[in-house]
Amino acid sequence: MSEKTNYIPTIGIECHVQLKTQTKLFSEVDNDARGKEANTCISPVDYALPGMLPRLNEQGIKLSIRAGLALNAKINLYSRFDRKHYFYPDLPKGYQITQMYHPIIGEGYIELPSGKTVRIEHAHLEEDAGKSSHEAGYSLIDLNRAGTPLVEIVSMPDMHSAEEAREYVKELWRVMTYADVTHGDLYNGNMRFDVNISVAEAGSDTLGTRTEIKNLNSFRSVERAVEYEVQRQIKLLNKGETITQETRGWNDATGETTSQRSKEVAADYRYMPEPDLPPIQLTEETVDQEQQTMRPMPGWYRTELGKILGKDIIEVLLDYPPLVSKLAELKDDTAIKKIANLFSSVLLAEENASLLNDELPSVTQLSNLVEMNTNSELSSTGMKEVFLKFFDPEMHYKDTRTIAKELGVIQENNLGELEKIVDAVLTKPETQKAQEDYKNGQEKVLGFLVGQVMKESRGKANPSTVSEILKQKLQ
Amino acid sequence: MAILAQTTNFVARTQATLEKAHRYQEKYNIFVTIDDEGAIQKAQELEQKAQAGAKLGQLAGVIYAAKDNFLCPGSDTTASAKILTDFKSPVTSTVIEKLNAEDAILIGKTNLDAFAHGSSTENSYFGPTKNSKDLERVAGGSSGGSAVAVALEIVDFALGTDTGGSIRQPASFNGVYGLKPTYGANSRYGVVAMASSTDCIGFFTQTAQDLDLLMQITSGQDPKDLTTLPDFYRHDDGFNDPIKRIGIIKEFDNDAVDPEIRQAMAQEIETLKNQGHEIIELDMPTLKYALATYYIIVPAEIASNLARHDGIRYGFRSADSEDLMSLYQNTRNEGFMSENKRRIMIGNYVLSSGYYDAYYLKAAKARTMIIEEYNQAFKQCDFILTPVSPNPAFKLGEKVNDPVAMYLEDVMSVPLNLAGLPGLTVPVGKTTAGLDLGLQFIGPRRSDAKLINFVANIKEKN
Repeated sequence: MSEKTNYIPTIGIECHVQLKTQTKLFSEVDNDARGKEANTCISPVDYALPGMLPRLNEQGIKLSIRAGLALNAKINLYSRFDRKHYFYPDLPKGYQITQMYHPIIGEGYIELPSGKTVRIEHAHLEEDAGKSSHEAGYSLIDLNRAGTPLVEIVSMPDMHSAEEAREYVKELWRVMTYADVTHGDLYNGNMRFDVNISVAEAGSDTLGTRTEIKNLNSFRSVERAVEYEVQRQIKLLNKGETITQETRGWNDATGETTSQRSKEVAADYRYMPEPDLPPIQLTEETVDQEQQTMRPMPGWYRTELGKILGKDIIEVLLDYPPLVSKLAELKDDTAIKKIANLFSSVLLAEENASLLNDELPSVTQLSNLVEMNTNSELSSTGMKEVFLKFFDPEMHYKDTRTIAKELGVIQENNLGELEKIVDAVLTKPETQKAQEDYKNGQEKVLGFLVGQVMKESRGKANPSTVSEILKQKLQ
Repeated sequence: MAILAQTTNFVARTQATLEKAHRYQEKYNIFVTIDDEGAIQKAQELEQKAQAGAKLGQLAGVIYAAKDNFLCPGSDTTASAKILTDFKSPVTSTVIEKLNAEDAILIGKTNLDAFAHGSSTENSYFGPTKNSKDLERVAGGSSGGSAVAVALEIVDFALGTDTGGSIRQPASFNGVYGLKPTYGANSRYGVVAMASSTDCIGFFTQTAQDLDLLMQITSGQDPKDLTTLPDFYRHDDGFNDPIKRIGIIKEFDNDAVDPEIRQAMAQEIETLKNQGHEIIELDMPTLKYALATYYIIVPAEIASNLARHDGIRYGFRSADSEDLMSLYQNTRNEGFMSENKRRIMIGNYVLSSGYYDAYYLKAAKARTMIIEEYNQAFKQCDFILTPVSPNPAFKLGEKVNDPVAMYLEDVMSVPLNLAGLPGLTVPVGKTTAGLDLGLQFIGPRRSDAKLINFVANIKEKN
C-alpha cells in the first residue's frame, strides 16, 4: 500500500445526556448532586437494597419526549425497559435499566450549521451508573449519580472528519439545551460522548474496522481524539497492519488514545425485559403538549436571523438561548441588528460576563432604545450606557427614556436651542481665530468649533447637527 | 382456629406464643429469628392503647410470623441465605406495614429455601424445617417455616411468597389454607425478589375466611410497586352466585400422581357434585410445557435479581480476596447455596447472546400460549380444581440431591404463576400414613374474593 492512499474516515457518535429532572429516574431522591457530599443523594432503590423496586419519574419521560422532538425524531408511543447486566461496584443492582428493544425515541436527524445533516438512529432512556475513583490500593464509590436519567442519542455514521464530529457534538449540545432537557454543563459530565471511528480507502463500499473512544466530555476533546485516532489508524494501515476492534481511552494531557484493557470487549450483557416496570404507553396528546412548549431550535434562528444578521454573529449569539429568543421577539430589522451588536459587543464582553445571569431588558425597553438612537436622541455611546443600566438593580425597572434622562445622555436636537449654544460659543474670544481661519478656507478647524459647542452643551448636542449650523453661520 | 382480634391480655398471649415458638423451634426448626423483644414491645403498646381507650386495629393482638424474605427493621432479613447473614433492613415491606398498622403482632421470621429456591425448605442455610405431622419428612417449600408455624398453631397466620407453588405446596403438606393471590394484588415492595414477574405475596391460615380478612387489609395498588393492580378486591364478590362450574384438567390425572391424591380428587369432585356444582372436563395440552417454560423464565429473573449480592454494600463478604474479581467470586461462591448457583447459571445461560432467542424468547411465547389456554378454560368454567403436587410430603434428603425430581414436584403448581392467576390450597384430609393432603382451586385473574368465598362456602356446607 502506498503512502498516498486516500483514506476517508467514518464517524458515528453516541451521546449520553443527563436530564435535569428534579428527582432520579427510578427513585424520589434529588437528582442534582453538584457540590454535594458523596453518597448523600441516594435511596435504598439507588443502592439496590434487596426488595426495592423502581418507580418511574414522569418528568424523565417528558424530557425524553422533548429531546426526541429536538432531534426531529419520531416519538414511540410504546416503549419499554430492559436490563443490561454487568458487574461493577458502581452499578449497585448488577444491571442497568435501559431500553434495548423498544426505545422511546425513533429515527431523527439534526442539521449542522454547515448545512450537513446527521441522521439519528434512535435515542433511549436509561439510568446513569455511580462514579468510581481509584486511589492507590483502594477504590471509592459515589452513588449520587446512580439513577440519574440519561438519554443516549445514537447517530448514524454520517460524519467524515474531526471538524464534522466537533460540529455535530456542539450542535447536539445546543439542541439539547434549547429543548431545555439538560443543564448542559459539560464540565460536570452532563453530556458525554462515545465516538466510533474507522477509516476506509476512498471509493471502497465497505467500512474499515472501528475503534470506540469512550467518555469524552468536551467538543475539543472529541475533535482532537478523532484527529489523533484517524491518523493512528491510517499509519497502521500504511504499515500494512490491521486495526483491532476495541475500546480506547483518550488522554487529554498527552493528546493520545490508548487501548483499554477492556472487560467489555468480551462482555455479554444478557439483556432481559425489565419485569418490575410496565411498558410506557404515551398518547398523542402528551407529545403534543410538549411540542407546544418547545422553543424554536437553533436551525430556526439561523434561518430567521440569517435574513438580517451575519453568520458569525448568529453563531456567537446561539450559545446563549435567551439572547436569540429575545432578538426574535424584536420585530424590526434595524432593532435586531442594533441589539444584536449590543449583545455581542457589550453583554458578551468579558468585563460584563456577570450580567448574563441577570434578567434581560424587556422588548419595549430595547425597542425604545433603538428608536432613540435612530431619532438621534442617543448617540451610540449613549445607547451603550443606557443599555448597561438596564442591568442595574436600581434602574432595570425604569423605561428607556427615564434612564437616558437620569444619565443625561439625551442629545440636543432642537435647532433653536442649538443655535443659541452655537451663538454663545461664537462670541467667545477663544473661538475668534478659528472662525477667521475657517472663513479663509481652513475647513479642518470646523472640528475644533464643533468640539467647543459640544463642550458647552455638556455633550448633549448632536454633533452632526452642530456642524451644519456652524457651516451656515460662518458662510 | 380463626383469626380473632383481641381486646385484652395482649402481653400474656404474646408471652405464651413466644414460649410455644421457642419450644417447637428446637424440634421443627421453624424460625430464623424469634423477635421476643419486638413482639412484647408491640403487645405492651397495644395494652396501653387499649387502657387509654384508643381505637384498636382490625388485627389487634393477632399474632403472625413472616417468611424471612420480608424486610422489616426489627430483625435481620436473611432469606435463609449466608450471603444475607446479619443483614438489617432500614425499610419495612408494604404488606408488613399494613398488617402492623392494623395492630397485628409479628413474632418472628420463618425459615425458607435460601432466596425461596426450592420445594422443601432443605436449601436453607439454617437447615431444613420439619413437617408438622412427620419429623422425618419435609415441610414443603419454599415457605416451609410459615406453613408449619400455622399448622402447629403457634401463630394465627403467616406470610409467605409464592413464585411457583411456595405457599400452596407447603400448605398442602401441612394441612392449612394457603393463598397465592392474583399477581399484583399485594405489593412486592420490601420483599427479597426471586422472580419479579411471578412472585406473589400470600398467606397461610386455618380458615378460608381469614384469607378474606387479610386480603382486605393488604391488597391494593402501591406506588412503590408499579406492577400492583388497581384496587379490585371486593369482600362480597360471588356472594350472590354460590353454584359454580368447576373445571378438571384431564392431563393432570395420570399415573405419575400419587393414588391417594387421585382419590382425594375423586372425593372432592363427589362433594362438589353433591353440593350442586357442575364438573367440566378440560383439555389443556399446553400446560405440559409450563414446567419447562417456568424453569427458563424464572431462573433468568433470578440470575438478574441476585446480581446485586456482590459483597460491596451489605451482607456477607468473603474475608480474603485479592482483587475485585476474586471478591465477587469468593463472596458469591461462599454466600450462595448450590441451588442458588444452579439457578443463576441456568438463568445466565438462557439470557446469553445466541441462546436468548432459542430459550428465553421461546419461553416467553410459550407463556403467552399458556395464558391463552387458561383464558379459554375460564370461558367454560368458573374455577379449576387440581392437585397441588403429584406427591404428599416426601422424606428429608429424598430429592434434595436430584434437582430434576425436585423440579417435577412443581409441575402442577407453576402453571398458574406463569399466568398470574390466584390459587388457593384447601386441606382435604390425610393419607393412610397420616400425612396432610391439600388440593388447589384456581380462578381467573382478579377472582380472589370469589375464590375465597367459594371455598369458604363449600367447607361450610360439607
